[in-house]
Amino acid sequence: MRVGRAPAQTIGPFFAFALPWRDGPFVVPEGTPDAIRVHGRLLDGRGDPVPDGLIETWQASPAGTRGFGRCATGAGGDYAIVTLKPAAIATPGGAVHAPHLAVSIFARGLLRRTVTRVYFADEADANRADPVLAEIADAAARATLIAARDEGGYRFDVHLQGERETVFFDV
Amino acid sequence: MSAERRQSGGVDPPFLHPDYRSTALRAPLRPPIRIQYGPSELTGPDGAALLRGQADLTRQHAGEPLGERIIIHGRVLDAGHRPLAGTLVEIWQANAAGRYAHDLDQHPAPLDPSFTGAGACLTDAEGHYRFVTIKPGAYPWKNHANAWRPAHVHFSLFGRSFSQRLITQMYFPGDPLLAYDPIWRSIPSPAARERLVAVFDMTATEPEWALGYRFDISLGGREATP
Repeated sequence: MRVGRAPAQTIGPFFAFALPWRDGPFVVPEGTPDAIRVHGRLLDGRGDPVPDGLIETWQASPAGTRGFGRCATGAGGDYAIVTLKPAAIATPGGAVHAPHLAVSIFARGLLRRTVTRVYFADEADANRADPVLAEIADAAARATLIAARDEGGYRFDVHLQGERETVFFDV
Repeated sequence: MSAERRQSGGVDPPFLHPDYRSTALRAPLRPPIRIQYGPSELTGPDGAALLRGQADLTRQHAGEPLGERIIIHGRVLDAGHRPLAGTLVEIWQANAAGRYAHDLDQHPAPLDPSFTGAGACLTDAEGHYRFVTIKPGAYPWKNHANAWRPAHVHFSLFGRSFSQRLITQMYFPGDPLLAYDPIWRSIPSPAARERLVAVFDMTATEPEWALGYRFDISLGGREATP
């Protein structure tokens, strides 16, 4: 039998009839007290929207939520996830991770997933102490991971490529 | 540095692969930053809470789909070859004529009103999954002149933690189109490419009913190779 890790392949353009669910973007039901909305656009290296992408979010807290959100991008590359803001999490080693969402991004033209994190601009103190943000020396690059508050919730655009390319992680 | 890490350049495709044209403007060009796993990477969703589909894709409509009925089964394993129990497996595919039930698929092949082409299940205690479906057809795409995708089934896997999340494609043994496919060939290592080719499995083949294929999947993540 085959041994060894299976390689990734692109999600392709035709997953939308299979993977998204009606409640996929709702990590908690709409109307849940204190729910937040994280939204933005998925953009390519020319700044054009990626209308056939899939955004998934994962958070280990707070307890009692599904933790997982999934939203296919729309014609304008737009997505939105409704969830509860995660808590800061201390690791056994003593580091404290600032509140964040772990994000997987899939799309036609992405041969494997890209991974990033959504941090929150109104958690500046926690962000300063975050061990992952500390790995990113360049302030402009670090800023690609910080969602700012706007009228729709927290705004987090993903630039797959280009001058404003989002920081992606190797996990 | 672990052996898996040293070999990882050969397993996963690069982001930028010019033979697959759609990578040109979508491939991140800066190297991803390697991070220490934190609580987010070491945990993942409960597969049962995410299960939405069914394992038999041939019984989702009043009629039976056209095409060659097949069984696809195998085990989902972690990097240490331990079975991953209760983990979510999602699949989707074209119908027997090579057409997806997707609004934007313009291939002039017939839709099959008895086939949607999406399924899901959880692995059992031994990490085993099993789908009943029909063999998908090859289909043309516009990547280059006379471009055809080999027959394939898309697989989405969660494993037990965020670090193990994988979306890939399963191919069929002996398909002559594999040699021409820039997506399959984007995998640098020929040995790793072969891991995505299912094995014909007579033991899973059911007499008078369906041909069997075996497709085992080992997921990544670093916990088994610290």
